[in-house]
Amino acid sequence: MEVASTKTGGAAFLDWGALALTLVGMALGIFVALFSHDAVMQFHAVLFALFALAGTIFLAGKAFSSAPSQPADFYADNVIKAGTIATVFWGVAGFMLGDIIAWQLAFPALNFDLPWTNFGRLRPVHTSAVVFAFGGNALLATSMYVVQRTCKAKLFGGWLPWFVFWGYQLFLLMAASGYLMGVTQSKEYAEPEWYVDLWLTIVWVAYLLVFLGTIMKRREPHIYVANWFYLAFIVTIAMLHIVNNLAVPVSFLGTKSYSAFSGVQDAMTQWWYGHNAVGFFLTAGFLGMMYYFVPKRAERPVYSYKLSIVHFWSLIFLYIWAGPHHLHYTALPDWAQTLGMTFSIMLWMPSWGGMINGLMTLSGAWDKLRTDPVIRFLVVSVAFYGMSTFEGPLMAIRSVNSLSHYTDWTVGHVHSGALGWVGMVSFGAIYCLVPWLWKRQGLYSQRLVEWHFWVATIGILLYITAMWVSGIMQGLMWRATDALGVLQYSFVESVEAMHPYYVIRAIGGLLYLTGGLIMAYNVFRTIRGDEPVDVADQPRIAAAPEIRHPQTVPAV
Amino acid sequence: MKLSHAPFEKYSLVLLVGILFVVSIGGLVEIAPLFWLKSTIEKVDGVRPYSPLELKGRDVYIREGCYACHSQMIRTLKDELERYGHYSLAAESMYDHPFQWGSKRTGPDLARVGGKYSDEWHVAHMTAPRSIVPESVMPGYPFLAKRKLDYDDISERLKTLRKVGVPYTDEQIENAKLDIIAQTKPDTPEAAAVAARYPKAVVRKFDAKQGDVTELDALIAYLQMLGTLVDFAKYDASGPNLR
Repeated sequence: MEVASTKTGGAAFLDWGALALTLVGMALGIFVALFSHDAVMQFHAVLFALFALAGTIFLAGKAFSSAPSQPADFYADNVIKAGTIATVFWGVAGFMLGDIIAWQLAFPALNFDLPWTNFGRLRPVHTSAVVFAFGGNALLATSMYVVQRTCKAKLFGGWLPWFVFWGYQLFLLMAASGYLMGVTQSKEYAEPEWYVDLWLTIVWVAYLLVFLGTIMKRREPHIYVANWFYLAFIVTIAMLHIVNNLAVPVSFLGTKSYSAFSGVQDAMTQWWYGHNAVGFFLTAGFLGMMYYFVPKRAERPVYSYKLSIVHFWSLIFLYIWAGPHHLHYTALPDWAQTLGMTFSIMLWMPSWGGMINGLMTLSGAWDKLRTDPVIRFLVVSVAFYGMSTFEGPLMAIRSVNSLSHYTDWTVGHVHSGALGWVGMVSFGAIYCLVPWLWKRQGLYSQRLVEWHFWVATIGILLYITAMWVSGIMQGLMWRATDALGVLQYSFVESVEAMHPYYVIRAIGGLLYLTGGLIMAYNVFRTIRGDEPVDVADQPRIAAAPEIRHPQTVPAV
Repeated sequence: MKLSHAPFEKYSLVLLVGILFVVSIGGLVEIAPLFWLKSTIEKVDGVRPYSPLELKGRDVYIREGCYACHSQMIRTLKDELERYGHYSLAAESMYDHPFQWGSKRTGPDLARVGGKYSDEWHVAHMTAPRSIVPESVMPGYPFLAKRKLDYDDISERLKTLRKVGVPYTDEQIENAKLDIIAQTKPDTPEAAAVAARYPKAVVRKFDAKQGDVTELDALIAYLQMLGTLVDFAKYDASGPNLR
């Protein structure tokens, strides 16, 4: 065929196969929309059909176009640009939702007595928006950037990375709109129902193909350490996602399903998943980010190669065991609780191995902390990583957990990791990527990065100190007994005592959100191509590689 | 032989298989034995599958995200036994697909809330929580009382649960629709049949309003049975119950 003349036969065959698949997808969407009695399922089927239609138009345009293919860029960066913008968008959305539900806890009238605005439905929208939408897009964008640069190879799969990007956004849209309309499995961080889970599985396999395919065609002899972490994140999340979401739908035309597991086995499986969503999504993946952006921005090699090997394998081996520390003193058998506690404590070591490797990469360049706020974001994120990976093992000790579990101390712990580590390392990476991808001299304003840094840091400190104090207070109030051994406080007295801390926490969240908005503005102005206001203050490395002035070679 | 990390850095499939091997071990050791070790779930009398109305109530509980603020797991700690009652047994949630143990107590634990408050208390509390508990931060759910319960697919729901291991009988599945209405009609032969099929099931018009079965009826039916199935006067943790 003439249209295939510019391509190899195999690639053209795949394009036609994919075109056929989009038609099947469209038919499936229309069929379900017509025959389902479930309004949410119908809505999602329409979304799915529209997605498939867009795919059909794109692929048909490609297949029937007789224009010679564009001279290929060395790297496929447009999908990464899209991922960067999506990260900023979802970040602001996720922080905003988090702050809204924080205010709801302080002032319950803000629930408005409506189904789609109550805390119970909004809370998973917040957690999914920050973990999977903000964090997930940050991981998609940076992993695709890093794997190309460190392999000196273009992304594998032609349009497949675009399928991963848009397919993932469709997953997010179906998940979040589903929660608002009351569709949830109720398993924390795995709330999407069976059909959304199936869709994510397809997208995730495509992501693995893109990532692994790029590594396979690399022009570097070694696979760089950042890619080990990204790969571990991708394959382990696939394993966790598939096992934890095993369920039987009530009807193939309806949203509702029942989990394959029940009671104690379901609890163990869920927290095996839940803790490793932290361990692999929010840790291993973001360590991959750290291993590229910290040395790149500091213009220093990674501190220790041997340490990176040891902490990589021990981290991924030990993390998987840590789940039962979410189930201390419950009906989970003691042997499983003890294993979970033991491995959680051991996990402290590889975690700090990663922290040391990240921080010590700065040796000889500590002055950059003062002059480059982007490096400061990256380094402070690693410091928060060290802090929360010390706090985690502490809270996993059974006797400490008896106090901390079910309280807001846990919420504070999660947020020191999420706002401090995941958020700040992502902000650092975004501030690196935007001028590099859009080929700018630097960011629009480095002063705004300074502002973002301090506003966000103060926000985090307010948040986590309020939750430490109030969480420990809650735990102590619940267990307090008087001289006769009678409980000293009713439950609602502990609720009442939380109020001032909930207000402080919500103010902290508001500051963090403000930081996110400052970033969005700065990124927007940089992408638009506005002249940077303080380019002279920005380090050499802030500029895109193509227009960066050469490094002055230090005298030996 | 000299140990070298090079194969993992040079062959991506070796790296991939190495990762998969290393991350599989923990889960296999911690999860798999729970399915065959007999001591995992205590043998106790009384735990039964949810009645259709209770199940629909549980589905509402899940839909509204109640688990985000309420646990259903009383730990083996002195203050929890004082506050909430006997610690939760694994057996008590063995028909829970998925489990509802929760992870946060913004509100109190609900594992044994059944029978603790009257239906009228629940109706008022669900409609306007602060009219009953002024310090409460719970959202109001006034819409539940206005929504007619949709239970067209209740038999399919029971059948699905049977597929994943809940021992619903053919009789229970056949009568599921009728049982929903019957559980809100006390002193009828149908209600007696519900109580026979689901021992200890509470039969009442929970929202005290005539007419259709509402989502609030279902939710209160669920809340009123939580933690009531096992008779702890007869339960002996060190006795034959623990196998």
